Amino acid sequence: MVCVLGISAFYHDSAAALLKDGKIVAAAQEERFTRKKHDSSYPYNAINFVLDYSNVKLSEIDHIVFYEKPFLKFERILETYVAFAPKGFLQFTKSIPIWLKEKLFQKNLLINCLRKHDKNFRNTDKIYFSEHHLSHAASAYFPSPFNEAIVLTADGVGEWATTTVAIAKDNKLEIKKEIHFPHSLGLLYSAFTYYCGFKVNSGEYKLMGLAPYGEPKFYKKICEYLIDVKNDGSFRLDQSYFNYATGLTMTNDKFHNLFGQKPRDPKVDNISQFHMDIAASIQKVTEDIMIKLTSSLKEEYKINNLCLAGGVALNCVANGQILKNKVFENIWIQPAAGDAGGSLGAALAYWYLELKNLRKIDESDSMQGSYLGPDYDQKYIENELKDLEAVFSVLNDEELLEMTSEDLKKGHAIGWFQGRMEFGPRALGARSIIADPRSSSMQKNLNLKVKFRESFRPFAPSILFEDLKNWFNLNVSSPYMLLVATVNENIRNQISKHEESLFGIQKLNVKRSSIPAVTHVDYSSRVQTVHKEKNIKFYKLIKRFKDKTNCPIIVNTSFNIRGEPIVNTPKEAFKCFMGTGLDTLVIGNCFLQKNKQKQSKSNNYKSSFELD
Amino acid sequence: MSFIKEFFEFLKVRKKYWLLPIILILTLFGGLIVLTQGSIVAPFIYTVF
Repeated sequence: MVCVLGISAFYHDSAAALLKDGKIVAAAQEERFTRKKHDSSYPYNAINFVLDYSNVKLSEIDHIVFYEKPFLKFERILETYVAFAPKGFLQFTKSIPIWLKEKLFQKNLLINCLRKHDKNFRNTDKIYFSEHHLSHAASAYFPSPFNEAIVLTADGVGEWATTTVAIAKDNKLEIKKEIHFPHSLGLLYSAFTYYCGFKVNSGEYKLMGLAPYGEPKFYKKICEYLIDVKNDGSFRLDQSYFNYATGLTMTNDKFHNLFGQKPRDPKVDNISQFHMDIAASIQKVTEDIMIKLTSSLKEEYKINNLCLAGGVALNCVANGQILKNKVFENIWIQPAAGDAGGSLGAALAYWYLELKNLRKIDESDSMQGSYLGPDYDQKYIENELKDLEAVFSVLNDEELLEMTSEDLKKGHAIGWFQGRMEFGPRALGARSIIADPRSSSMQKNLNLKVKFRESFRPFAPSILFEDLKNWFNLNVSSPYMLLVATVNENIRNQISKHEESLFGIQKLNVKRSSIPAVTHVDYSSRVQTVHKEKNIKFYKLIKRFKDKTNCPIIVNTSFNIRGEPIVNTPKEAFKCFMGTGLDTLVIGNCFLQKNKQKQSKSNNYKSSFELD
Repeated sequence: MSFIKEFFEFLKVRKKYWLLPIILILTLFGGLIVLTQGSIVAPFIYTVF
């Protein structure tokens, strides 16, 4: 048995993943254990989890692979300072101490940290360093169902690369092209995220969700001044408008003058039509670049399969456009497309590219639905709930499905906690908040009373795969909620002239379809297809809901509030339940109703987490 | 020591020896910044600039 441990850390989302003889056994993000969103510290808890779950000690691990090369990153940082000097001194004074104290000595740091898991761990020669984008590419190709693919990765920045193209066949993967820092599609998107007053590295989803409320009025301006996009989709950014290479902000005054406003201060300024138009414009630019890139790659390499990873691959609207473009027969996107997935990619890259192991395609999905995190048995859940003085009943599977689907039908917001936690940013029916999509007040209710977040943010539908075509303009599975499609014409509502003329956030009040809670203002939805073989309990629940209502869809959003990592343990689930507007909580076979709980157990949950 | 060896190997593989003097100077400055973070050596940095 050969065990490979992959680690990503010290940048964005630290995580650990473990392979046993090439099979993905466990993977988890550190934030879920430390309860610190996007925690980038050494993933002590995540490593402990993957080791415990796999029943191996660290000293028994054969290879440990870190997801990027610190020296190469340091080279990029130094060369950037040299290229921009004397600009960037302030950033230099902030970042160099961190590098000199810690990051440059990452191998030693890793060794010291690893020894905390197992004192017998001595063989430091088994630590290897992959490359950031190679890790992303490996995470996108090796778990995919293809034996040949074009692999496109795009994110903020790794070592030097910000966008890479790799060609993969069987157990080989070779990077063919790269676009280097500071020219980055991810950083361009993040610059606009910052400009619209959202947090960089976490608010990008908000910008994407805001885009349909606006018109792409600034599209031409962006293309004319900020970015030069060639026909093949390669691009260069005009650095005179940006500040990220040398400063402590993403954009500079020249950028602000170009659009005529200062960056939005989220504490003071409301989101206006201007910000919606900005969001719509940068979203269109991103989609256009991704379309150009993928079309030119297809033309050049003539391969029908596309794999995507990197933070930009989480832009499911752009992914939906690539699919709609119909250039590729098949698309597969790594569900943990961000840096957390780098841990998995690093381990897979080592297994196939260094150890040269043969690759057998797992038809049933080697990512196992991305349910790779911790789970808790029924006894543990009951003991935890008893300790918390929760009032609950233990039901059999049949009763549980009946009661839960009945509550869904009543319009209750339900915390659904089952089996192994998801790896990646999306809740896929293991740590989800679920609700009835037919309710016109559900989106506002969930956003404001349960998630405590902005009312404009959309929710995603989980639909039985076999019913997909009847409800959405999508004919492929989307088990990882990474594709956006529009709702079918036949379920759309007639919109009056007055409703049509509404602008911005007012659009939210229009009931656009028979499933308004998951229909965005442009009729789009970020679809998750639910498959019997991947998550049987979740499948059965939706099926039961369909039997009662004729609707094979439920709202599915992550089990957390804004700024909080998705809940991991039953205790965290109960706390979230008691501190939010959730009506029902289902953990394993335990069924909890809010009105039966002790009042003293409610808490001021909202203040526990920072705004993101 | 293994760090220095590895770093030299890195420069060799990357063919970036020209970075060495820059690294030395930047490390010196960086080292000063580290040392002077809220410490009694702080006044020393002003004589350098």
